[in-house]
Amino acid sequence: MAKSVLSVRDLVVEIPTRHAVLRPVDKVSFDIAAGEILGVVGESGAGKSMTGNAVIGLLDRPAHIASGEIWLNGQRVDNLRRDQIRSVRGKEIGMVFQDPLTSLNPLLPIGEQLTETILEHLPVSKQEAEDRAVAALEEVGIPAAAARINSYPHEFSGGMRQRVVIALALCAEPSLVIADEPTTALDVSVQAQIIALLKQLCRERGTAVMLVTHDMGVIAEAVDRVAVMYAGRLAELGPVREVLTRPAHPYTRGLMASTPLASKGHTRLNQIPGAMPPLARLPKGCAFHPRCPEVQDKCLSDPGPTLSGCGGRAACWFATEEVA
Amino acid sequence: MSALVAVKNLTRIFDVSKPWLNRLLEGKPKAFLHAVSDVSFEIEERSVYALVGESGSGKSTIGKMVVRLLAPSDGVIEIEGVDLFREPDHDRVEKIRTDIQMVFQDPYASLNPRWRVRDIIAEPVTARGGKADGLAERLLEQVGLAASDASKYPHEFSGGQRQRICVARALASEPKLIVCDEPTSALDVSVQAQVLNLMSDLKEEFGLTYLFISHDLTVVEHMADRIGVLYLGRLVEEAPRDALFESPKHPYTQMLFAAAPKLDGFGREVAPPKGEIPDPINPPTGCAYHPRCPFAIDRCTQERPEMRQLGQNRVACHVAE
Repeated sequence: MAKSVLSVRDLVVEIPTRHAVLRPVDKVSFDIAAGEILGVVGESGAGKSMTGNAVIGLLDRPAHIASGEIWLNGQRVDNLRRDQIRSVRGKEIGMVFQDPLTSLNPLLPIGEQLTETILEHLPVSKQEAEDRAVAALEEVGIPAAAARINSYPHEFSGGMRQRVVIALALCAEPSLVIADEPTTALDVSVQAQIIALLKQLCRERGTAVMLVTHDMGVIAEAVDRVAVMYAGRLAELGPVREVLTRPAHPYTRGLMASTPLASKGHTRLNQIPGAMPPLARLPKGCAFHPRCPEVQDKCLSDPGPTLSGCGGRAACWFATEEVA
Repeated sequence: MSALVAVKNLTRIFDVSKPWLNRLLEGKPKAFLHAVSDVSFEIEERSVYALVGESGSGKSTIGKMVVRLLAPSDGVIEIEGVDLFREPDHDRVEKIRTDIQMVFQDPYASLNPRWRVRDIIAEPVTARGGKADGLAERLLEQVGLAASDASKYPHEFSGGQRQRICVARALASEPKLIVCDEPTSALDVSVQAQVLNLMSDLKEEFGLTYLFISHDLTVVEHMADRIGVLYLGRLVEEAPRDALFESPKHPYTQMLFAAAPKLDGFGREVAPPKGEIPDPINPPTGCAYHPRCPFAIDRCTQERPEMRQLGQNRVACHVAE
């Protein structure tokens, strides 16, 4: 395996509240190699965005990293001071958020936002930065980039705006891009364009990408490996084809079975009973056990094996590789 | 089987002009948005008719007109043979309206947070002066919740449970037709499966008809008997489900199917579709899809294609065969 750009080890994020300490991310470990796309999938509240925000140092108080380590290109970044993390964020890690309208400043032309970022992170002159901004816009497929550099965000359509955000994330040539639901707000045809663009840029530049989404279809088409999260923990981690065709964790199996699929026709969907428990009321033992069809006594008290970055597929006592 | 709903040449135009003083100062004409233009289709009784399309295609506007939340600019909506907007007999229209209910996309926004679930569910009946003793409790059990939930407030429920409450409310007036506008888009996959299954069960049990509005092709394929594909306010293709998915005729439908992510599409490299949805205020001339269409010919830029029968499909395209 290629050298990891990002290594996360036993990451724990805690939110102290008046009643209890909540753990939206609980002992999560994974690696992303250069040029690799790691998909992080899960239902809302599973901790996928929280993991991404922890990596880039954007956790809002009172949420904080309680333990664990985050290594970026051999440098530990989880314990940096606020001023130190600023040089990493944007320079080493680019971020693409779900809603392109709220991640751009509506009062500045996009060119100004791009050159500002480039000047902040790269040792170039103003003229050079402007040239780079145009080049970045051309690279993400914005037609007539040089002419549109002085346009404001509202003058672009949703898909074009998301392209600008991607250009912004990539303009300082980061080694890691975190894309948090980058296509959720977009239409199907535009989503296909953005996914194709992300894949192409990742391949050409060797950027590592962490793609957070809830859409299994996007996962199947875009990513190399996938991490399935449930109630703050990694349920399963493995190569995407393996995980989706032969899921080892009962939760992944349920998730796959409940996704409507063309080949299944009009038959009833398999459903996972209940809903994901709120963080404040996580059950003892394995968090999935009240909904698990294969629950056994051991699951009620013991939370199951924790997935480390390299070994093991599924965090389940009774994980099976083979599925009927 | 007979058609429960017949929509004929339905058109809805919104006036999106700036205020008159701005128009005067800037010398701009009035602007109109054709949200829905000339859409015709029929829904058989006890079937599921799905409208699919991307944002701005007019699918929600059609849904709102069918439940009479919006008036059409032109065209006819007939439910059980009664013209919903021109029928002079007020009582007949009122009777028909109890037969139509709606389930909205966002279960967090469509339940009054200050009302108890009992009152929310009974409202379609009590608002018309009916008695609703024990109705809410009975319906709650039917949608898979507990009768004791009737005295709770909406915030005590999760998203999926709230959508069940919305379905229970829609069932209260014993409707024949339920318009579902993206009923599962706000839900997670595992919860979406629960709600879709519930809706299928209720359809069998009560003999319901659904007008199902969605942008999610997998959900539509799972639920629908017949599907209409909308693009920029126009119906571009209409067909029974299997015919549509096996052989989509319209280039837009083909593009939509190709672009949708597939669960078994590992590492699939698709040529991403060209362009984006054009501005609906100044739509392209001729066929609205021609600037993005790989098969466009000169005729497409000038002449708007009419719906024509092509096998089992109805297609609005000059080129499709």
